Amino acid sequence: MNNKILKQELLAPGHMGCPGCGASLVMRYVLEVLGPKTMVVMPAGCWPTFVGLYPSTCLRVPVMSVPFATTAMAAAGVRASLDRQGKGETNVLAWAGDGGTFDIGLQALSGAAEKNTDIIYVCYDNEAYMNTGIQRSSATPPGCWTTTTPASAPKLEPKKNIVEIMAAHRIPYVATASVGYPRDLMDKVEKAKGLKGTRFLHILASCPTGWRHDTELTMEVARKAVECRAFPLYEVWDGVRWSLTPMAAKTPVTDYLNMQGRFKAMSAPQREVFQNWVDEDWARLSEKCGDNPAA
Amino acid sequence: MKRVIMGTETAALAAVLARVQVVAAYPITPQTVTVEELSDYIGKGELDAAYITVESEHSAMAACVGASATGSRTFTATSSQGLALMHEMLHHAAGGRLPIVMLNANRALSPPWNLYCDHTDSLSQRDTGWIQYYCCDVQDVMDSTFIAYRVAEKVMLPVMINLDGFYLTHTSEVIDVPDQEEVDRYLPPYDPADKVDVDNPSTYGCVCGADLFSSLKYRRQMETLAVEQAWQEASDEFAAQFGRSHAPVQGHNLDDAEVVIVTIGTAGGAAQLAADALREEGVAAGSLNLAMVRPFPYESFRRAVSGAKHLVVLDRDVSFGAEGIVAQEVKSCLYGKSSAQVHCYIAGVGGMDITEEILADMARESLGGQKQGLELGDSIWIKVLP
Ligand SMILES: Cc1ncc(C[n+]2csc(CCOP(=O)(O)OP(=O)(O)O)c2C)c(N)n1
Ligand code: SF4
Ligand SMILES: [Mg+2]
Repeated sequence: MNNKILKQELLAPGHMGCPGCGASLVMRYVLEVLGPKTMVVMPAGCWPTFVGLYPSTCLRVPVMSVPFATTAMAAAGVRASLDRQGKGETNVLAWAGDGGTFDIGLQALSGAAEKNTDIIYVCYDNEAYMNTGIQRSSATPPGCWTTTTPASAPKLEPKKNIVEIMAAHRIPYVATASVGYPRDLMDKVEKAKGLKGTRFLHILASCPTGWRHDTELTMEVARKAVECRAFPLYEVWDGVRWSLTPMAAKTPVTDYLNMQGRFKAMSAPQREVFQNWVDEDWARLSEKCGDNPAA
Repeated sequence: MKRVIMGTETAALAAVLARVQVVAAYPITPQTVTVEELSDYIGKGELDAAYITVESEHSAMAACVGASATGSRTFTATSSQGLALMHEMLHHAAGGRLPIVMLNANRALSPPWNLYCDHTDSLSQRDTGWIQYYCCDVQDVMDSTFIAYRVAEKVMLPVMINLDGFYLTHTSEVIDVPDQEEVDRYLPPYDPADKVDVDNPSTYGCVCGADLFSSLKYRRQMETLAVEQAWQEASDEFAAQFGRSHAPVQGHNLDDAEVVIVTIGTAGGAAQLAADALREEGVAAGSLNLAMVRPFPYESFRRAVSGAKHLVVLDRDVSFGAEGIVAQEVKSCLYGKSSAQVHCYIAGVGGMDITEEILADMARESLGGQKQGLELGDSIWIKVLP
C-alpha cells in the first residue's frame, strides 16, 4: 500500500511473522487510524511472538504482554490508570486472537464490556490457535482441518457468533471487518475511535500458514470470505441497530473453500454443512439489519 | 516393541496404553503434540475415550475433576502458564482425592515470555497436594505413566508427570513400547470404591466443620507421606514385570560417594557423566536423580546420601527472596539428620543448557570451598549477564 493511503507507519519493517501474515497487516491498518498515542495490550498468540525479541520491536507504540486469559481486564487497568493521570486521549487497544477472545479471554472481555470500559478491543481472527501450531478454537468454521480436528475427528460445531455475544452487552459499537478490505477496516476503526466505551472490532485475518494458501493470496482469500458471506461485514450500534456494509453479490462458498488447504479434506456433505451454516447465519443477519443504512 | 519416539508422543501413547477414558486438554507449547496426538488416536478409534476440547486450562482441569469424580480414568497435559492458570483446580483435584494423571512440560513462566525449560512452574505447585514425578528420559515418560495410574488409583491422589520442555518433550529416543496385554496386566481397569453416583447419593466437597476439616487434612497428609513407599512398591512390581525401575530416588555410584550431585529432570544424565569424570580425577563422586519431589521421599533420600559430605544441588528454578527450591527441600530433609554441606546452584533457567562440565565445575568448586558465580542469598547463579 502506498503512502497516499497510509500517512504514518507504526509497523516498522522486520516483524517475525510469516510472509503474507494477515494479522500483521490488520495491526498496520488499525494503528494507522489510532496513531502513536496508543497503548497495545496483548495476550499470548502469534502477535507477541513476532513483535520482536527484546529489545527489538516492530511497533512504534508501547506493547504490554499479558497472560492469555486477561486481555480486556488488563486493558481496563491501563485505562483506569491513564484516566487518573489525565491521559484520557491515549487509546487503549486490547488486541487478541480468536483463541484469546472467543475462548480463554471471554470472561474478562465480558466483564470489561458489561462495565462499558473505555477500550478498543480488536480480535484478529485467523480461526485457530496458530501460535501453538493450528489447533481448533471456537472460531474455527465447521469441517475445517486443524491439528485437534484432524480428518479422523472433524469439527462439527459452527463458528461461535462472537458479535451477537458482544452486541448483547449493548456496547456502543461492534463491527466486523476483513484485512482484504483495508479502506472499510480503517473507516470502522475511525468510527470506533470517535466513540467512548467498549468498542469491539472483529477482523478476519487470513493466515497462509494455518489456512494453507499461497502467501500472495492473503488479501484475496480475505475478500472471498466476505463475498461468500462466511465472514459478512456489518456494524452494530448500541447492541440494537444492525446495519450491513455494502458488499459484492453473494457467491457460493466453493471458491473460498477451494483456495485453502485447510478445507481440502472436506467431504461433499461437510461442504453442504458449511454452506448451510453460512446461509442460515446470513439470513438471520440480513433480517436483523433490514434496510438500515450504514451509518 | 522398539520404537523411535518423541517425549510428547510417548506421553500420548502411554495414555492410550493406559486406556484412559476421558481426556480434556488445552494446547500450549511445548506440550501440544500430546493433545494433538490424542485427538487423532480418539478420532481414529484407536482409543475408546471422550476428548473434551476446552477453552482454558482452568476448564481442562475442571472437566477432569468431573470425569474422575464419576469414575473415569482421566488424563490431561499442560505446561507453564497453563499450569499456573490451573492452580485453583489443582487444589480441588487433590483435595477431592481424584487419581487424575497429568503431563506437565516444564517451561518458564512469563514475563518476559520464554518457551524453554525451567522448573519453577511445577515446583511452585508443590503445595497443591499432587504427587510430582520428574522424568529423566523418554522411556521414563512411558513407564512412569503406568506407575502413576497404579499409584494414583491406589492412594487416590493425582499425579503430575513432569517433562523438561524441549530437552525431553521434543527429543526422540529408542524406547521399548510394551504390548497392550502387558500393560493391562500391570494396570487393571479403574474401579473406584467411591464415586459420585445416583445409587449412593451423597455430597461431594460441600461444607464441613473445622473438626472434620482438620482431620481430613491430617489424614491426607499421612496418606500422602505414605506415597513414597507406595510408589517404590509399584516401581518394584513394574521392574519385576518389565525389567526397568523408576524409583522416587535414583542413585549413581552413591555407595562411597563423598560428593553427590543432585538434580531433577533430564540433567540427571549430565550429572552421571560429571560424577564419572570426577571419579577419574580421584574424587569420590556420585549423582542422585530426585525423581519424586512430592511427597518428598525423605527415607530414600536420607539413606541414599548417608555417607556424603557435600551435596551439590542444581536448581533450574528459584524461589525469589529465598533460594533454589530443590535445595530448600534437600536442606529441610537433612536438617538434624546429616552434617553434609548443601551447595545450591541455580542454572539452566529459561532454557540455558546444563552440561557435564558445568556440573563437574560446581562440584569442584564446592569441594574447594571457593564459590564463583554470582552469589545471592545462599545460592550461586551460573552464567548470569553482568
Ligand atoms: C494460560 C495459557 N494457556 C495456553 C497458552 C499457550 N498458547 C499460546 S498462544 C496460544 C494460541 C493463541 O491463539 P489465538 O488467540 O487465536 O492467537 P493466534 O496464535 O492465532 O495469533 C496458546 C494456546 C498460554 N500462553 N497461556
Ligand atoms: S501462523 Fe498465521 S497468524 Fe501466525 S504469524 Fe504465521 S501467518 Fe501470521
Ligand atoms: Mg487465532
